Amino acid sequence: MPAVSKGDGMRGLAVFISDIRNCKSKEAEIKRINKELANIRSKFKGDKALDGYSKKKYVCKLLFIFLLGHDIDFGHMEAVNLLSSNKYTEKQIGYLFISVLVNSNSDLIRLINNAIKNDLSSRNPTFMNLALHCIANVGSREMAEAFAADVPRILVAGDTMDSVKQSAALCLLRLNRTSPDLIPMGEWTSRVVHLLNDQHLGVVTAATSLIITLAQKNPDDFKTSVSLAVARLSRIVTSASTDLQDYTYYFVAAPWLSVKLLRLLQCYPPPEDAAIRGRLTECLETILNKAQEPPKSKKVQHSNAKNAVLFEAISLIIHHDSEPTLLVRACNQLGQFLQHRETNLRYLALESMCTLASSEFSHEAVKTHIETVINALKTERDVSVRQRAVDLLYAMCDRSNAKQIVAEMLSYLETADYSIREEIVLKVAILAEKYAVEYTWYVDTILNLIRIAGDYVSEEVWYRVIQIVINRDDVQGYAAKTVFEALQAPACHENLVKVGGYILGEFGNLIAGDPRSSPLIQFNLLHSKFHLCSVPTRALLLSAYVKFINLFPEVKGTIQEVLRSDSQLRNADVELQQRAVEYLRLSCIASTDILATVLEEMPPFPERESSILAKLKKKKGSGTVSDVEDTRKERNTNVNGSTDHTTATTNTKPSPSSFVSDLLAAAPPPTNRPRPVPSSSILHMPLSPLSPQAYAVHSAAPLTPFYQVTSSPSSDLLGLGNSSAVNSGSPPAASNAASLLVDVFSESLPVAPLGTASAPIIEENFSRFVCKNNGVLYENQLLQIGLKSEFRQNLGRMYVFYGNKTSTQFLNFSASVVCHEPLNAQLNVHTKTADPVVDGGAQLQQILNIECLSDFVEAPVLNINFRYGGSVQNIAVRLPVTLNKFFQPTEMMSQDFFQRWKQLSDPQQEVQKIFKAKHSMDTEITKAKIIGFGTALLDGVDPNPSNFVGAGVIHTKTIQVGCLLRLEPNTQAQMYRLTLRTSRGSVSQRLCDLLSEQF
Amino acid sequence: MLMQFMLLFSRQGKLRLQKWYVPLSDKEKKKITRELVQTVLARKPKMCSFLEWRDLKIVYKRYASLYFCCAIEDQDNELITLEIIHRYVELLDKYFGSVCELDIIFNFEKAYFILDEFLLGGEAQETSKKNVLKAIEQADLLQEVN
Repeated sequence: MPAVSKGDGMRGLAVFISDIRNCKSKEAEIKRINKELANIRSKFKGDKALDGYSKKKYVCKLLFIFLLGHDIDFGHMEAVNLLSSNKYTEKQIGYLFISVLVNSNSDLIRLINNAIKNDLSSRNPTFMNLALHCIANVGSREMAEAFAADVPRILVAGDTMDSVKQSAALCLLRLNRTSPDLIPMGEWTSRVVHLLNDQHLGVVTAATSLIITLAQKNPDDFKTSVSLAVARLSRIVTSASTDLQDYTYYFVAAPWLSVKLLRLLQCYPPPEDAAIRGRLTECLETILNKAQEPPKSKKVQHSNAKNAVLFEAISLIIHHDSEPTLLVRACNQLGQFLQHRETNLRYLALESMCTLASSEFSHEAVKTHIETVINALKTERDVSVRQRAVDLLYAMCDRSNAKQIVAEMLSYLETADYSIREEIVLKVAILAEKYAVEYTWYVDTILNLIRIAGDYVSEEVWYRVIQIVINRDDVQGYAAKTVFEALQAPACHENLVKVGGYILGEFGNLIAGDPRSSPLIQFNLLHSKFHLCSVPTRALLLSAYVKFINLFPEVKGTIQEVLRSDSQLRNADVELQQRAVEYLRLSCIASTDILATVLEEMPPFPERESSILAKLKKKKGSGTVSDVEDTRKERNTNVNGSTDHTTATTNTKPSPSSFVSDLLAAAPPPTNRPRPVPSSSILHMPLSPLSPQAYAVHSAAPLTPFYQVTSSPSSDLLGLGNSSAVNSGSPPAASNAASLLVDVFSESLPVAPLGTASAPIIEENFSRFVCKNNGVLYENQLLQIGLKSEFRQNLGRMYVFYGNKTSTQFLNFSASVVCHEPLNAQLNVHTKTADPVVDGGAQLQQILNIECLSDFVEAPVLNINFRYGGSVQNIAVRLPVTLNKFFQPTEMMSQDFFQRWKQLSDPQQEVQKIFKAKHSMDTEITKAKIIGFGTALLDGVDPNPSNFVGAGVIHTKTIQVGCLLRLEPNTQAQMYRLTLRTSRGSVSQRLCDLLSEQF
Repeated sequence: MLMQFMLLFSRQGKLRLQKWYVPLSDKEKKKITRELVQTVLARKPKMCSFLEWRDLKIVYKRYASLYFCCAIEDQDNELITLEIIHRYVELLDKYFGSVCELDIIFNFEKAYFILDEFLLGGEAQETSKKNVLKAIEQADLLQEVN
């Protein structure tokens, strides 16, 4: 028995607890408990009415038994009785029992609610607090229904005691979380915000939590909290450490409140008001400065509290993602922590840097710590810290350091904890693909992955390497050679056999010229692994063999013999047996031509989301990795967003969730092989790295298993299940410019001719006319073409001036405007025939009447032909008729702008591009360009005065498209971010492309 | 800053106090407790006080024979949670006078009352040590009057 027993102890309870503790075995304990339960039950059922004290004691015993882990199915009624006792101590135990053992028995709930109601109206603060605590602890819907009106009233009533206000605030918070629909906003909302000004710091602390939750759900209603929070925070961070008395914790002023205020500010973009913004920046700077000051105490509590505020401040800085100086300072501070002796700080620094890595402003700064992070991976003794290091390396990876990071991860993989191997494998696979410049490196990396951690290489990973090899001509020979070499190892992982079997079956011919890897050697090598493999792998190998028969007629006999052997033809496994039988028959009866058709090389896979990435997302849930990606994604849709830092990519986001996948989606491969044909033709369906199930035999028809595509869930991982876009012959959705792999390979793609004109189309001056209407479009030694144009609504008139710079006549002069498909349906250009002769030194004028029918992308081409001297001159110039010419500027107020901005929040409607400045970043020039582009330039809309905001309506004959644009210069980085939102994705894209070329 | 739950357990893995701030079935609670106690007890003394667990972050600290273990959400602040634990320990210590595991076993109801004054709905309600203790003492006074 402990000496302490404050209040009035319950001797019976203490004795019981002692008894339990003295039990030597679990059985003895259970026996003692059962005895007690029987005793309590009889007391509760007995004829003699129990006094309050006894009731309290028995209820308390039940509670204790419950907390030991036993079920309690009675005593609730007695506990409810205690609630209405006028003895505080009995009431208190009653409430505790209810809080711990909630029971949704409706009769009881009504009784409980009645008791709570009485206490809430008792005006006794201690009772009120008990009741509020109970509501907050139980938080059920029934309670929310019963007290949705009372709690807010108590919270904002003028005469409520501080401690009751605190309880009421958090009680409301809990109810709002469980049943937000039952808690109506009302006139109390504005009064809640003003609790941030309360004199009592405890009230402010509790209220801030409530406001955070409410602001997350209704940001507009709680906007005013921003300035109040900044003011409060400012007072706290500048206060002397003794000012706040008991709210100072180990020399840190109100750390909990500071953290909450910083958290509240993360519900909002940077303050619009410059003064408030400045004050906040000062606060953040002060917090960063304090981190550099010598500690005021050696106690860990001091540094923890101080750093808790610091980390929250850094989170806010990252959230705003708008102050490069602060971001870089934050990064440096975290860099110091990376080498701190406290494991906790190292862990948090790694974690926090992960999010910093996703900001374009601090990505480079984060990268400078690569060696420290790699070192952490090697030397940290705590696996959770090493895991953070892996996450950070993944987040800081870009094309410049991908090789180093992938190499380090691979070498860590050899000794990594089993618990995180699969995740590292996925990360390596993703990075290798995402940043592969040479695909040979990619193939090497994946094969290494299989060698080092074959057991952890999931199907998605080896499917993916096959998809990529199939889709890229340039790597197939290398892949064949590499797998051939890897298969030489006496013991290789089954996953390697799968990849090897597949790739040699498809591309073994590419290395068959080398006598060291002749067809027979290849076959023998594969077949030497056959007997060690599982059924699905064997099935795959059989398919590879029959492909060999097609590739290498010279080994047909050998393979047929293998297929004919009893171990195949009479294999106990029906799948293997059927394959052997069917492949053997096929090879015997089919002509070479038929064989060649049936066993043709696989067509390229439709490019979709990397299945590996999907897997990593699934595996991690809301874990850190996908977080990094998600953060980028979220920020993209946020007004204050950031985007990917690695490349200046344009995103036409097909859907928010596929933003990441776009990054990984490969481009249509540069291949002459046919695209997959509609699924009615079974011949081209994959002999595939589908799931093993995809090989399953589903019908008796011969050959079926070969081409069968099951709709098993795993085949969907490859996206073959619904690649309708590809199958129906329309261009694949993945062919958007955001694809990184497009970036990688665009050089190797042949540039398609842009028009059928015989002369190359000249467009060097084209983009100069995007923001202006007059000027010289083209000039050579003979001819100068000048333009003057005017546009109104969906109509335009263009005056073209042809100046003969020579002293000789141009004969047979003709100038015509061509609109190719699909432009001819979007734009009407009516040309008046020009005079066929242009005298030397003379100028000829031609008028073009233009009508915009619907939005368009391409521009018309002006074809000019004439004879000069003895030769015919052919000139084709792209005419600067661009979509933005049909803009009508729209003036609007800030509020309207943001309202419309929000209305256009569908991911397809927004296109964003980050790009490097090509010209000096002069504000006035930028303004002129935006006005020239055709939109109204809106002043005072963007909270950040250095940003530009514009609005306008594109007029076409058929539709009008409202457009909002936002240009955010970052002079430090010499970068711009341009965001376009219009009601049509294609318009956003086109306008973004046009305008982004102008700076 | 929503704390999902707080668990106090001994080095032997005996649960001494459990506080749940999110609705979960008894079965889930038991499963979580079992898993977490095992995970935390398996960790070595110098390891970091934070770990990822399911989609939550676990913050724990050992005081003498007792582990204090909190689960917070992904965006929540680990260090301030660590100090929430410490402040709670301070409150217990002040109230019981050099608190030990036995105090919490025999006066578990007091441990709950103190926690409710300090944290409510998973959020810090009153961080001033003086104010929390004042509230508890007032309650004790009420008991004696009755």
